Amino acid sequence: MKTLEEINKIRAEKRKELDLRKNTTADTREKHILVCQGTGCTSSKSPEILENFKRIIKEKNIQNVRVIKTGCFGLCAKGPIVIIRPEDTFYAMVKPEDCEEIIESHIRNGKVVDRLLCKDIDGTKVQKLDDLTFYKKQKRIALKNCGVINPEDIDEYIAFDGYRALQRVLLEMDSDEVIDIITKSGLRGRGGAGFPTGKKWRSTADSKGDVKYVVCNADEGDPGAFMDRSILEGDPHAVLEAMEIAGFAIGAQKGFIYVRAEYPIAVQRLKIAIEQARNYGILGKNIFGTDFSFDIEIRLGAGAFVCGEETALLESIEGKRGQPRVKPPYPAQVGLWGKPTLINNVETYANIAQIILKGPEWYSSIGTENSKGTKVFALGGNVNNVGLVEVPMGTTLREIVYDIGGGIPNGRDFKAAQTGGPSGGCIPKEHLDTPIDYESLKQIGSMMGSGGLIVMDDTKCMVCLAKFYLQFTVSESCGKCTPCRIGTKRMLEILERLCSGEGEEYDIYRLEKLAVNIQKSSICGLGQSAPNPVISTLKYFRDEFRQHAIEKECKAMECKALAKIQIDEEKCKACGLCQKNCPVGAIEGEGREKRVINQDKCIKCGSCIKTCPFHAIG
Amino acid sequence: MVNLKIDDKKVVVPEGTTILEAARQAGIDIPTLCFLKDINEVGDCRMCIVEVEGRKGFATSCIQTVEEGMVVHTHTQNVLEARHVILDLIISNHAKDCLTCTRSGNCELQDLAIKFNVLDNEFTGEKSVHKIDDKSPSIVRDFNKCILCRRCVATCKNVQKIGAIDCINRGFDSCISTTYDHSLNDVDCTFCGQCIESCPTGALHEKENINDVWAKLKDPDTYVVVQTAPSIRVALGEEFGMKIGTNVTGKMISALKSLGFDKVFDTNTGADFTIMEEATELVKRLRNNDNLPMTTSCCPAWVKYTEMFYPENIPHLSSCKSPHQMLGAIIKSYFAEKNHIDPSKIYVVSVMPCIAKKYERQREEMKVNGLYDVDAVITTRELARMIKQANIDFSMLEDDVFDNPMGEATGAGAIFGTTGGVMEAALRAAYELMTGEELKKVEFEQVRGEKGIKKATVQIGDKEVSVAVAHGLGNAKKIMEEIKSGKADFQFAEIMACPGGCIMGGGQPIKNSKIRASVDVRSKRAEAMYSIDERSTIRKSQDNPVLKAIYKEYIGQPGQHRAHELLHTHYEKKEKYNF
Repeated sequence: MKTLEEINKIRAEKRKELDLRKNTTADTREKHILVCQGTGCTSSKSPEILENFKRIIKEKNIQNVRVIKTGCFGLCAKGPIVIIRPEDTFYAMVKPEDCEEIIESHIRNGKVVDRLLCKDIDGTKVQKLDDLTFYKKQKRIALKNCGVINPEDIDEYIAFDGYRALQRVLLEMDSDEVIDIITKSGLRGRGGAGFPTGKKWRSTADSKGDVKYVVCNADEGDPGAFMDRSILEGDPHAVLEAMEIAGFAIGAQKGFIYVRAEYPIAVQRLKIAIEQARNYGILGKNIFGTDFSFDIEIRLGAGAFVCGEETALLESIEGKRGQPRVKPPYPAQVGLWGKPTLINNVETYANIAQIILKGPEWYSSIGTENSKGTKVFALGGNVNNVGLVEVPMGTTLREIVYDIGGGIPNGRDFKAAQTGGPSGGCIPKEHLDTPIDYESLKQIGSMMGSGGLIVMDDTKCMVCLAKFYLQFTVSESCGKCTPCRIGTKRMLEILERLCSGEGEEYDIYRLEKLAVNIQKSSICGLGQSAPNPVISTLKYFRDEFRQHAIEKECKAMECKALAKIQIDEEKCKACGLCQKNCPVGAIEGEGREKRVINQDKCIKCGSCIKTCPFHAIG
Repeated sequence: MVNLKIDDKKVVVPEGTTILEAARQAGIDIPTLCFLKDINEVGDCRMCIVEVEGRKGFATSCIQTVEEGMVVHTHTQNVLEARHVILDLIISNHAKDCLTCTRSGNCELQDLAIKFNVLDNEFTGEKSVHKIDDKSPSIVRDFNKCILCRRCVATCKNVQKIGAIDCINRGFDSCISTTYDHSLNDVDCTFCGQCIESCPTGALHEKENINDVWAKLKDPDTYVVVQTAPSIRVALGEEFGMKIGTNVTGKMISALKSLGFDKVFDTNTGADFTIMEEATELVKRLRNNDNLPMTTSCCPAWVKYTEMFYPENIPHLSSCKSPHQMLGAIIKSYFAEKNHIDPSKIYVVSVMPCIAKKYERQREEMKVNGLYDVDAVITTRELARMIKQANIDFSMLEDDVFDNPMGEATGAGAIFGTTGGVMEAALRAAYELMTGEELKKVEFEQVRGEKGIKKATVQIGDKEVSVAVAHGLGNAKKIMEEIKSGKADFQFAEIMACPGGCIMGGGQPIKNSKIRASVDVRSKRAEAMYSIDERSTIRKSQDNPVLKAIYKEYIGQPGQHRAHELLHTHYEKKEKYNF
C-alpha cells in the first residue's frame, strides 16, 4: 500500500528519471534501449532481441544503459523495432544477431548503424522516429504510452501522469462533474457504433441500484484488427484507471475486463497491472484514502466474435453460452446479473484519463464536428506500412493509405478499403477523400467499426471480398436467431455460386432481399450488420456481381472458375517472361511475336500476371 | 395502466404487458414460433417482429413491453416481407415431410407456412442433416424437423430443472443436443415428455407403439386387454375437436371396443389398488417411523429422477407399483386364473397420458413370473390415431361402460391424474385405516390447485399428519433437497413429474402456444376429473366392492405376502450417463 504522498513522490522522481524517453535533448548520460514486445514483434523474435541486449550489456559491463520492454510502436511492417533514447534512433527489422553491432557501434561509439535504419516512402533512410512520414500525420492519445513505457512497471505509468486523473476525480470531483467532462468532450464509443460515451455513463449513473458494474469490452474480434490488443499490451494501466473513474462516476465498485484468451500477452500484462495496482492500493478498498473502493477481475473469452456484442459478452461473463439478449432493456438498466452495467471498449477507456487531465475543450478541439478526438486503426492489406495508426477524426482515407500507409505495394492501383470489418463496408476509390468520421463513413455505406482498415488493390474481386466476410459471419453467428443463423448461410451460398460460375442474375435480387431483411430482423449487431459487406460492394461494384452472374467473368481473376487471363497486345513487349513462367505451356508465340494465351490450356494460376514487367497481362 | 395504439386501435393494458399480449388482448394476432408463455420468452425466431414508430429496426413483440404513447404496427409491408423471408429460411432447412409427419395438422410451423403461402422456397441451400435418435423406449428426436426455437430446452432446464438438452455448436451448425451428443436414452433424461408438449413441430414425439398393438389385435391367439388411465377420458376428446375438459369416458370405451380389444378395463381400478397398498404402507411407516417422509411412486419419470439424481432418497419412495402396473399384474394373475386364460397369451395395453410409462413397463422389476405386467403403452395421442385409422366417428359414438370386474372404480381412483389427486385419495383411505372411523367429508381442498408446492397438515384422529404435494420436477427438486438435508417438515409427499400432473403429461394432446397462452388447460382437465369424483357413488378406494372381493378371494391383506409379490416393486441407483 502506498499513500497519496508516496505515489506523488514516485511520480516526481520517476518522471525525472524517464525524461529522456520523451525529450530528445535530455541532459543525461543514460541511454534507454526500447524493444517492442507487442504481439507482432514478439512473433519475430523480439524477446530474444531483448535478452541479447541485456546479456551483452552485462557481459561487457556497460554502464548507464537500460533495456526496456515496451508495447507496440505501430509500424509493424518494419518490426522488430528497437528505439534508442534520448536520441530517438529508430531501427527497423532488427534481428537478434544485430544486437552486438548496435551496442558496439551505437552505444559504445556513438555511431548509428546505418543498415538498420528505416526507409521512408521516398526511399530515403530516416534516423528518427518522429521524422518518419508514417508518424507525422498521427496524433497519439489512446496510444500515447505505447512504445514509451514499460507496461509491466506501474511506476513508469505513474511517471507519465498515470493515475493523476483518478486522483483528481476522487479528491476534487463528484460523479456529475466527471460525467459532464466526458459528455462535453464529445467522446464516442470506439467499439464501432459510436454511441456518445457521456450519455452512456449518465444513463448508467441514473439507473437505480446499489450494485452496478463497469465492464471493459476487450473482445476484439474483427479480422485484422489489433488496436485494443496493442493498447492492453502497451498501456494496461490506462484502462484500469479509466474503469475506476467510470466506477466512481456511475457508482460501481466492481469491474470486469472481458478479454480474449487468444491475447496471452495482453492478459498477462493486465494481470501484472492489476496486481501492481492492488499492491499500491490504487485498486481495492478506500482508494487514496477516500470512501471509494473498486476492484477489477479479468474474464477470459473463448474467442467467439459475437461475445464482442455487449449483451452476449454479459451472458458469457455470467457463465452462459455467448448469445445476445434482446434490447431494450439496455445494459445500463439491466446488465450483468441484472444490474445496471456500463460497458465500454478498450480504446474508449484509453482516452478517459487524458480527457480528465487536459479538459473536455482540449479533446473536443480535435476531430470533426460530431466525431471528436482520434481513432486508432489497424492498417492492413495491400498497403506498404502495415501497422497501428492513430489519427485525428476527419483525416481522409487518402492520407491514411498514401501518406501514413505509404501507398499500395508493387505499383498497383487502389481499388477499395474495408472499414468496420465484417460489420462494415467498402470504400471505393471515388471516396478516397472522404474524411473519416462516424457520420461520413455511414453516409457512404460503411461504418467506423472498431478500427480494422483493410486496403485492397486492383487484383481483388469484390464478390470474393463479400464472400470472405460472409464466411466469417456465418462461422461466427451464434445461431440464436433465424435470420442470422440461416439467412447469412444462404447469402454465403449465393456468393459461392456466383464465384464458381453457377450463379444467375436473380441471385443478385435474392442477395439484396436477404440482406435487407437480415439487417432489419436480426436480434443483435452481428446479424444486423452481417449483410453490410454485401450491400456496400453491391452499391459500388454492382457490375462485378453482374459479370459474375451473367457473363460468368471475374475481371480481377480471383475467382478461378471465372477468370479469363488475356495479354494486352498493345502493352506486350514480347519479352517472353510469361512464357518461361507458365507451368502448363499455355502461352503461345515466338521471338518478337506478341504472346497469346491458349485459353484451353490455361489453368488460371496467375503466375504470368505477376511476372509481366509491363502489366500487360490481366 | 399504459395507453398505446396497435394498428390504429387504442389499447390500455397494465404496465409490464408485452406488445404481443397487448395485441392479442385487442384481438390482433401476431404470429409466433419460439414463444411459449412463461417458459420461453426469448425472441429467437423473429416471427413476432412488429414496427414501433420512432424505433430503429423491428421490435420483438413477445418480450418487449409496452410504453406509454407507443404506436405499433403489426402488419406493415416491411413486417410481412421480413416474416415471409424468416419463414422461408426456416423451411429451407427443414425436412418438409409433412405427409408423413406425426404432427401434421397440429404443427405451428405448418400453420404458418399455410398462412404465409410459402409454396416454394425462394432461398434454398444446404440442409443440416441429423441422425434420428430413437434408441429410448419413450421418445424420438428428429432434428431434421427442429427449428431451434428452444422451447424444449427451456422446459427441460427452467421448468423441470434437469437440463438434459441444450444447444451446441454455433451458427448454422447449432443444434439441440445432449451430453456429448449421446442418445437421450443414455443421459439424464427422465422421459417426462414435457419437451414433446412444448415442441411446435414434429422434432420430438413419442416412440409409437400403435403397430405392435394392431398386430396383437389381429392375432386370434392373443387375448388383448386394454386399460385407460384416469387422464385419458378428460383429454381424448380434444383430439376430435371437442372442448378442452370434455369427459368422454363412454365414447372412449365404445371406441376401444370397436377397435377389437377383448376387454376394456379401467386403470382407475388399478389406482384404487394403489391407494389400498400405499395407504397401508404409509400407516405402517408412520407407526414405525420408518423412512419418513414417504413419497409416492406412481410417476415413472419421478421414480427415474429419484434413482438418478437423489439415490440417497430411494428408501423414502413407496414400494407400490403404479396403478397400471398393478392392474396389469392382477389381469395376468387373478383375472387369467379366474377365466382360465394362459397369462402368456394375454397382452395388456395401457393407454397413458405419459411417455415415461413406455419406459416403466419394460423395466425388469415390472415382471411377475417372468411376464411383464404390461406389454404395450400407448399415449392419448396414439389412441386417437388408432381411432382415426379405424375410421371410427368418435363424436357419434354411443356411450359404453368398462368391462367387469376391473371396470369398477371409485372417485378416489378417478382423481389420480391431477396434482394433489393421489394425496387426496390416499388421505381418504389413511384416515379410515388409522382411526377406524368413517371419513365424512372426503374433499381435501388444501392439496388441490395449481401451486407448485402445496403443504398441509391434516388431523387424523388424534394425530396430525403433515403432507406435501409437488408437481413439475423443478418443484420436486425442492422437496428432495428438504428430504436430503433432513429438513422435511412433512411425513408424506405426492410428487408428479409433469406440471399439473398426469392430465398435463407428455402423452397428452399437444396444445399450441397460442392456446397455452390463453386457456388454462390444466384446470379445465382437472375440473373434468374432479367432477367424475363428485358424481361417483363410491369415493373411497377402500369401499370399492371389486377390490374387497379380489383381496378376499385372491390377494389377502394389503401389504401382505401376495400383495407384495404382485403389487410392489423396488428401486436402485441409476447412473445419469451410460456411455
